[in-house]
Amino acid sequence: MSNEATLHGQQEVMHGAHAHDHGHGHDDHEHHEGGFISKYVFSFDHKTIAKQFLITGIIWAIIGAFFSVLFRLQLGFPDATFPWMESILGHWAKGGRITDEAYYALVTMHGTILVFFVLTAGLSGTFSNLLIPLQVGARDMASPFMNMLSYWFFFLASVVMMSSLFVQTGPASGGWTSYPPLSALGDASIGSKIGMDLWLSAMALFVVSQLLGGLNYISTILNMRTKGMTMTKMPLTVWGFFFTAVLGVLSFPVLLSGFILLLFDRHGGTSFYLSELFVNGKALSNEGGSAILYQHLFWFLGHPEVYIIILPAMGMVSEVMAVNSRKPIFGYLAMVGSMFAIVILAFLVWAHHMFVTGLNPFLGAFFVLLTLLIAVPSAIKVFNWITTIWRGNIRFTPGMLFSIGFVSTFISGGLTGIWLGNSSIDIHLHDTYFVIAHFHIVMGVSAFFGTFAGVYHWFPKMFGRYMNNTLSYIHFWITLIGAYLIFWPMHYEGLVGMPRRYYDYSTWESFKQFADLNHFISIVVILVFATQLLFVFNFFYSIFKGRKLTTQNPWNATTLEWTTPINPGHGNWPGEIPEVHRWAYDYSKDGHDFIPQTTPLSPEEQANGGH
Amino acid sequence: MSGYLAVLVVVLIFVVIFQIAKASEYVSILKGEKKSRQQSNKVNGFLMIVFLVVGLIGVYYCNELLKGKIGVESASVQGEGIDSMIKWTLVITGIVFVITQILLFWFAFKYQEKEGQKAFYFPHNNKLELIWTVIPAITLTILVAFGLRHWFRLTSDAPKDAMIVEVTGKQFNWLVRYPGKDGQLGRKFFKNINEANNPLGQDWDDQLNKDDFMATEIHLVVNKPVKFIIGSRDVIHDVGLSAFRMKMDAVPGIPTTLWVTPKFTTKEMKEKTDNPDYVYELSCDQMCGKGHYSMKANIVVETQEEFDAWAAKQKAQFDVAHESATPAPAAAPAADSTQKAVAKN
Repeated sequence: MSNEATLHGQQEVMHGAHAHDHGHGHDDHEHHEGGFISKYVFSFDHKTIAKQFLITGIIWAIIGAFFSVLFRLQLGFPDATFPWMESILGHWAKGGRITDEAYYALVTMHGTILVFFVLTAGLSGTFSNLLIPLQVGARDMASPFMNMLSYWFFFLASVVMMSSLFVQTGPASGGWTSYPPLSALGDASIGSKIGMDLWLSAMALFVVSQLLGGLNYISTILNMRTKGMTMTKMPLTVWGFFFTAVLGVLSFPVLLSGFILLLFDRHGGTSFYLSELFVNGKALSNEGGSAILYQHLFWFLGHPEVYIIILPAMGMVSEVMAVNSRKPIFGYLAMVGSMFAIVILAFLVWAHHMFVTGLNPFLGAFFVLLTLLIAVPSAIKVFNWITTIWRGNIRFTPGMLFSIGFVSTFISGGLTGIWLGNSSIDIHLHDTYFVIAHFHIVMGVSAFFGTFAGVYHWFPKMFGRYMNNTLSYIHFWITLIGAYLIFWPMHYEGLVGMPRRYYDYSTWESFKQFADLNHFISIVVILVFATQLLFVFNFFYSIFKGRKLTTQNPWNATTLEWTTPINPGHGNWPGEIPEVHRWAYDYSKDGHDFIPQTTPLSPEEQANGGH
Repeated sequence: MSGYLAVLVVVLIFVVIFQIAKASEYVSILKGEKKSRQQSNKVNGFLMIVFLVVGLIGVYYCNELLKGKIGVESASVQGEGIDSMIKWTLVITGIVFVITQILLFWFAFKYQEKEGQKAFYFPHNNKLELIWTVIPAITLTILVAFGLRHWFRLTSDAPKDAMIVEVTGKQFNWLVRYPGKDGQLGRKFFKNINEANNPLGQDWDDQLNKDDFMATEIHLVVNKPVKFIIGSRDVIHDVGLSAFRMKMDAVPGIPTTLWVTPKFTTKEMKEKTDNPDYVYELSCDQMCGKGHYSMKANIVVETQEEFDAWAAKQKAQFDVAHESATPAPAAAPAADSTQKAVAKN
């Protein structure tokens, strides 16, 4: 049957020009189930795959965020007991207080889930899939089949990762970075037993998914642009997805190699990362390995990873800001150029995560220089966004609000990067709450704001309906205020040197003065979490009951996705794919509110050389 | 019971918010899309400026509230450099933060959609873009230059007369060894490790090991540079000296070093912090397993005389290990705080 579904799907790709409903309308009786499966489950349609990524991502986000609520309860209320916790976590929360082992497992899974499963797969998986074909003018991805595999490998990775939550010894608990020897030795930590193997397997499947997706995004953007869509006419969203995919394709394999060596060390008796160890009363036979090698391999992905997370958000925010300011994005080429600079530099800064590993100080100096260089393209982007809204005519749609929030948090979190990138300051702040504050604001909150901007802005394209505005406004303001209340004070904890990943601070004379603050932060975390549930509710409710779209182009935007029907079938455009004549940012030009990309240049514009 | 009640209250709040949201959507449909957009635009535009003002006041208030909790000046000579780097970086990033946030939210408020207002077609301006490329580049170059000057100072070789302390991490405590009178640490090898009386695996054939002694607390001399020789027995740990502003990973198989000059004795710190319980703490700053948060060693900074008196009382580990068959004396610092199982070999 799956064969049939595959064939059926392929046929549809061939006859892409036909609306999908028509495609399976005539064999409705014989293949009804097959129709459902090929339409909603093993679908080749990039739009359906995007929705699959999004909904899987939302489910993971709820789980990952809920884990943070659990461990924030421990940090904010170290003396309290919560009997309901024992009911859901069993012996991991004996007496209603999570154990130290459970705490570390939750911290680890929170990081892994949010970095990889939500902000990588959920973010670029969703929007690269949805927007690349629609915005470059293609009927689908270069290889719809590979695209489908990309989602199902992600799904498989999700199943394996989820299953690790239910094994007797618990999931991985060595931090989302999983540094060996801790992650290599089951005797050193209970989370490094079977949970770690499942973690590594899930991550390997995840890498496969990322590569299948990334290669597709790149080849679609390079080869399948519609007539007239030169690279410099593409919306910045597509540039963002393109650079993201390039980063992923070049760096994920390195991560995988690091994981494979770790698997060998765990089960093959090799010593890539292990040397001179005495664990659990025994001297191990491993000699000559380097635990630091893993960190190089890990951060060679790990650093580009933060740009994999933030570049799609940057692209979407640029687009949403231009549309809702009714102005062209300021400095289009500078925006592309700065993203390109970020991509290049992303590969040259990984060791700034390793300033205190005993790294050669001379080598460290280069990483300081290159790291702080990234602030230059980042500054260009921020100033260009601010200039984009300057003298605009701004409509505060939910997407626009989250875009402004994105710029605000990107500034706040980006500036503390200048602190941490300077190795002399990093010595003191490394692995403290300052780091937590920095990266949660700049790649956690910002990337989420970018995602929310994308969801609110393109929801009408995905489902042909609007989300509820009032709920969106409540969602935005509470999240923005809450994010600052949670993470801003953490900088102060970091300045004292308060280490991250501590289960309890009460015995530390140097750090226990923040008990009240931790209490406060945890309460805000619960409120913000509840507000996100409001978003989730709004999302699912609006899919079925939201206000229906009556126009193809609800935001009066110039880009190609709004030239498709309200509910486009597989193939996106019922007729010919439109031809593109101009860039994506002709807003408020020559007395027109907006000029779609499909409008040919006027004689005057041609005389001026056009855009 | 109260748990169910709390859930019920939350659900009720959700339902109320949802009903209001639904009602407002109907109202907006009745009013027409344009009118309702204008209204919500006004509200959100106003909230933008409110957020800016309240936010900036909040930043100030947060500082007032917490500045008393971030402790006193650096307790080491080297940390002064880090503190001054932090200060200057704070000034520069602080100015940029305030300016950009004001511009962002002020523009959002000022240029909200209005009847008759036209957006300004302004696709690019090379001069502006050049300005905000060059100015950040210059500022960052300055920060890099100063940062690296401190970095090379901090990571330079320790002075020849620095005292030596070896710190070895293990799950979940720190093993501290002093070189004794000869000033040199003896050889060690991980296969010699014996939990009962040789937790570091010292090689007893090495003469240099004869006077090395182990301690449960780290004792340092005020104003005298100290070089830490850092290692780990099992997983990666990190020697975190927050009061001294210093930090270095403890990596199994790869020894690392760090040197620092304490400025104040523990007694002086008690007065400075106005806290009679003040104690210098060495924290583990690299995730190392379930006991990570409890991996602490106390540090005592004292005068040379006090230190000499303390050192004279310590017993060499060689003697501890070679005492008659009687059980290991209480002075042995190897007692593991969490793992009850001790090696039988």
